[in-house]
Amino acid sequence: MDQYTRWTFRMTPYRVVLIALTLLMVGVATYRLLFGLGAATNLNDEWPWGLWIGFDVLTGVALAGGGFSTCFIIHILHKKKYHSIARAALLTSLIGYLLVMGGLFFDIGRWYNFWRPFFYWGHHSVLFEVFWCVSLYTTVQVLEFGHILFERIKSEPLKKLFDWMLPGLFIIGVMLPTLHQSSLGSLYIITVDRLYPTWWSMIIPVFFLTSAVFVGPAMVTFEGWLASKAYGRNFQAEMPVLTSLWKVTAWLLAFYFVLKCIDLTYRDAWGYVFNGSFEANMFLVEILGFILLPLVLFLIPSVRNSVGGLVTTSILVVVGVVFNRMNVVFTGMADAAGGHYFPSWMEWSLTIGLISAGILVYCFVVENFNIFHEDQEAYKAKLKKEKARAVAGGGTPVQA
Amino acid sequence: MSKGMLIDITKCIGCRACQNACKQWNDLPVLPTPSQEGTFDSLETDAYNWTRVGFHKVEINGKVQWRFAKRQCMHCNEPACESACFVHAFVKTPEGPVVYKENLCVGCRYCMLACPFQVPKYEWDKAFPLVRKCRMCYDRLQEGMEPACTTACPTGANIFGDRDELLAEAKNRIKNNPDKYIDHVYGEKEVGGTSVLYLSDIPFEELGFRTDVTTRGIPQYTWSVLKWTPHIAIGWTAVLTALYMYTKRRVDADEEDEH
Repeated sequence: MDQYTRWTFRMTPYRVVLIALTLLMVGVATYRLLFGLGAATNLNDEWPWGLWIGFDVLTGVALAGGGFSTCFIIHILHKKKYHSIARAALLTSLIGYLLVMGGLFFDIGRWYNFWRPFFYWGHHSVLFEVFWCVSLYTTVQVLEFGHILFERIKSEPLKKLFDWMLPGLFIIGVMLPTLHQSSLGSLYIITVDRLYPTWWSMIIPVFFLTSAVFVGPAMVTFEGWLASKAYGRNFQAEMPVLTSLWKVTAWLLAFYFVLKCIDLTYRDAWGYVFNGSFEANMFLVEILGFILLPLVLFLIPSVRNSVGGLVTTSILVVVGVVFNRMNVVFTGMADAAGGHYFPSWMEWSLTIGLISAGILVYCFVVENFNIFHEDQEAYKAKLKKEKARAVAGGGTPVQA
Repeated sequence: MSKGMLIDITKCIGCRACQNACKQWNDLPVLPTPSQEGTFDSLETDAYNWTRVGFHKVEINGKVQWRFAKRQCMHCNEPACESACFVHAFVKTPEGPVVYKENLCVGCRYCMLACPFQVPKYEWDKAFPLVRKCRMCYDRLQEGMEPACTTACPTGANIFGDRDELLAEAKNRIKNNPDKYIDHVYGEKEVGGTSVLYLSDIPFEELGFRTDVTTRGIPQYTWSVLKWTPHIAIGWTAVLTALYMYTKRRVDADEEDEH
């Protein structure tokens, strides 16, 4: 039998470690759900939001932003040359959002009440908008994946149904993330006079949205490189497409920097950039090291056209977005919040375990579904051959 | 008529009868106080202490003196917690108190992040915690009674009444004793006004009050951005649909040319 008809999951030492981390996470999550947040976390009255909201949710959604930006370019603008990365970007985004939903669920104190916002509309809350958009968008992505699922499970009528839904899903699937990526920033408008002024702004939603879009190509590059390492694929062949897609990132990095300058000038906040405080220095590292540096690096042809150069530049952008979200949640709030917070081992374990589970799901899906496009032609040919064989043999095609 | 409290810090003797009354009426558990260096100063409110009197050693005209500042929920006219809550568990009542409907609460704790005074506190020791804070004894108000803390105050440092009348009274006291009070009714304009008002003879920042707060209601900041959501949702969907159809047509035409 060939690899496309039987479900497989290869075991490697790495995967054994990931499974162990996932199992530990399941234990920690159970403990947290039974005994409460105080027992499992170091959260306190000064720091009601910690690692799970700051990293798993705020950063997780941003890093999964590669899904909607590539969807916009490939499916809305019909730029077909990027088609080869569409499915991989959708998959990582879908897994990312499922992890976010998981992280969010473990963070809410009264988790049996999680469904309430669907029925009690606190429409004046940014969180209400975020909650609805993220829930709906995760659903949209699951439906988008139906098109890949039923290609693999070979149910023609179902695949046709999901194919028919695709254009609508693509459009909603770009609109919803545009709203919630920016709204995650709007969450912090309420911290006026408390979040350090280099980060607080009435246009913080624009900064969050812009960075969620420019991290997309960087994340796709980084993940593509990791996948090529893991699966022995030729990364060099994908370079032209990625370098071209990366232009979006370069333009938006420049836009972000210029907008930051205009915003700081408009709010008369330059003094907060150069006052030598911890917050100011963290902001300078963020802008110089993770906005301007990757932009300059990309503008050098020998860097952007080499695998090492493009991957390094991409990692800088990804780390930069993580750094920015951490700065908003922790660095920028520390002075106003007071008190202390450092995540407990259980908080770390849950975050690491969720990521481990995500990697395992990614590996399983990539090995069992047609995700990488260059295999797609070969896959179609194989299907055709199979059909021919089945017809010749007088039977129906083999069902999975 | 919207009710409120006026707390005159110059009259407070730090007896903490208000703390006691609050605990008794609200049936809050008595727990050992974490030992602190020095005295009782800088103890914050928490899930089981909805009001606390802060002890502040200050220097006035070169002389060391004590000042006592009772802290609790400010009961904002435009509460950030109410606007932050995505299930509407916080409500600003017409009577003045900001109350919490505990059965609705999901436990996201955005109210705790949202509050400019760090008032909402969490029952971290419970498996299914609630957010706890002063509710200006809303249940007593409905029975025509005053809050427990104002009834307990022996010096009249903390009085209850209509907010408008209390504000007039506060301004009167400043006018009649301009040398005693600083010319600032804390809560008149802070975050768009609060139901709780304070008078003091020393600057409020020396007593740990945030004086850098905006005078605009905090929900207004959020709403000025959030109100665009439906417009963006509809407009952007229309643009995306148009882009989708336009580019698809072009790609289809190109493909036909190739054949």
